[in-house]
Amino acid sequence: MEKRALFSSKFLPYMLLLPQLAITIIFFYLPASQAIWQSFLMEDAFGLSSEFVGFENYRYLFQQPEYYRAMVNTAVFSTAVAVLSLACSLLLATQADKNLRGGEAYKTLLIWPYAVAPAIAGVLWIFMFHPSLGTLTRPIRAVGIDWNPLLNGDHAMLLLVLSATWKQISYNFLFFLAGLQSIPKSVIEAAAIDGAGPLRRFWTIIFPLLSPTTFFLIVVNIVYVFFDTFGIIDAVTGGGPAGQTTTLVYKVYADGRLGGDLGGSAAQSVILMVIVIGLTAIQFKYVERKVQY
Amino acid sequence: MVESRRYRNIVAYLVLLVGVVIVAFPVYLAILASTFDAATIINGNMPLIPGDQADENYYRTIFVGASSSTREPVGTMMLNSFIMAMGIAVGKILISILSAFAVVYFRFPLRMTAFWVIFITLMLPVEVRIYPTYKIVADLGLLDTYTGLILPLIASATGTLLFRQFFMTIPDELLEASKIDGAGAFRFFKDTLIPLSITTMAALFVIQFIYGWNQYLWPLLITTKSSMQTIVIGIKKMITTQDALTEWQIAMTTAVLAMVPPVLVVIFMQRLFVKGLVETEK
Repeated sequence: MEKRALFSSKFLPYMLLLPQLAITIIFFYLPASQAIWQSFLMEDAFGLSSEFVGFENYRYLFQQPEYYRAMVNTAVFSTAVAVLSLACSLLLATQADKNLRGGEAYKTLLIWPYAVAPAIAGVLWIFMFHPSLGTLTRPIRAVGIDWNPLLNGDHAMLLLVLSATWKQISYNFLFFLAGLQSIPKSVIEAAAIDGAGPLRRFWTIIFPLLSPTTFFLIVVNIVYVFFDTFGIIDAVTGGGPAGQTTTLVYKVYADGRLGGDLGGSAAQSVILMVIVIGLTAIQFKYVERKVQY
Repeated sequence: MVESRRYRNIVAYLVLLVGVVIVAFPVYLAILASTFDAATIINGNMPLIPGDQADENYYRTIFVGASSSTREPVGTMMLNSFIMAMGIAVGKILISILSAFAVVYFRFPLRMTAFWVIFITLMLPVEVRIYPTYKIVADLGLLDTYTGLILPLIASATGTLLFRQFFMTIPDELLEASKIDGAGAFRFFKDTLIPLSITTMAALFVIQFIYGWNQYLWPLLITTKSSMQTIVIGIKKMITTQDALTEWQIAMTTAVLAMVPPVLVVIFMQRLFVKGLVETEK
């Protein structure tokens, strides 16, 4: 779609674009290309000089068991959060879609966690499940589980999944609710008249019609877990215990900052860029504008 | 539908109620913790009704700060967070409304190139290019400055796409009428586009304010002085010191203070928030 009526000016459009282009080039293209360039360099032991080493950083990376573990952690983390948060929010959205009295109030009461910073969400959950002072730790210990997310990797991962899910439910809920409200009621009524019960109606009509929203949310949730959960991980576990909750993004940060391995960190950044570009491409190819609001 | 409505509605209310309680519980605990003294929290048996230390805790947190670690009053941190969030929200609206105006209402060489150069930034969040960005900001002498906190985070395409999409829906007749009235590009922008875009701007503002307030990784890297810390960073530093030294009542009071501004924005500007969220994702 193009405009018929336009302004003509040789100079003005460039001036209007200048601020955004300047900021984009300086803080986006420059660093992104430097990350790519740096991933082919290796610094000497004192960080004084660096030499071009080709794919050495990448080769080294793929020889590291820690890197594979970070991949597995990321896969486990993102799958668990996506499945759990989508399931919970779909359940809540279908209930909220029933034209209940006070439905708007429920909506407000469910969406505000979107506004809580990931790092703060992490702090809230570690406080609740803290091994020595958490309010919910005592009941868990009472049923015989030696709960300690600071020492036990599985417990730590579980805690991360719960806090990340808690924060994401509001977002998914909003989109599911919008998706549900866009389904024509006549279709559902027709099925009801034909004798389809509520469950049957859900699985044969509502769920398929909702699939563009679901698919869109799956991609968004994976991207969310990849990047936005950095704050949660740093607040709750710091990647520990013993690297058991270190994800790919957390490893970029930890290797560059704490380890000082900038070449290796840059190589990891480049791999992440490829993954995100792939995810975004999938989103645009298959979801595009099919999502109804 | 044909089934008994009453029974189904009771189930619906119950499910929603359980959802609301689970969602609110962690925050309720934080609010509780902000009303007790340290000893009550540490022994792991915090009562589930509020205590009487709220005045003391909030006063100390806002004006004095935790005694260990950061030593910066949380009031300063909130001010930093506020400046950063406002800077990101206003900055992004400003640069993206201008560039969208250029892309939609002008034809010029390299127009599509410029659009794609901006568009690509959608794909790469700041997290994947942190160290090179850090180095550039350091070279420009912007560490520990508000400019350094704000500028790298407004380099993204969401705003431009949002305004572009909105401008496309404005009827061409409006521009034709303005032209007949003798209005130039600047007049049209100021008198027609801006007033029409107010809702879109407000929606983008709400989303970007929350985004800016909640930033974590970037401020963590580029602020070294404690006087430049944002509240989200500050709270993390309060609880990473040795376990026994953590002043949980101060940390949780800070957590509550960190949640209040963005949560209020969502609750009181819910309509704009939903609009912004849905439209920036299209």
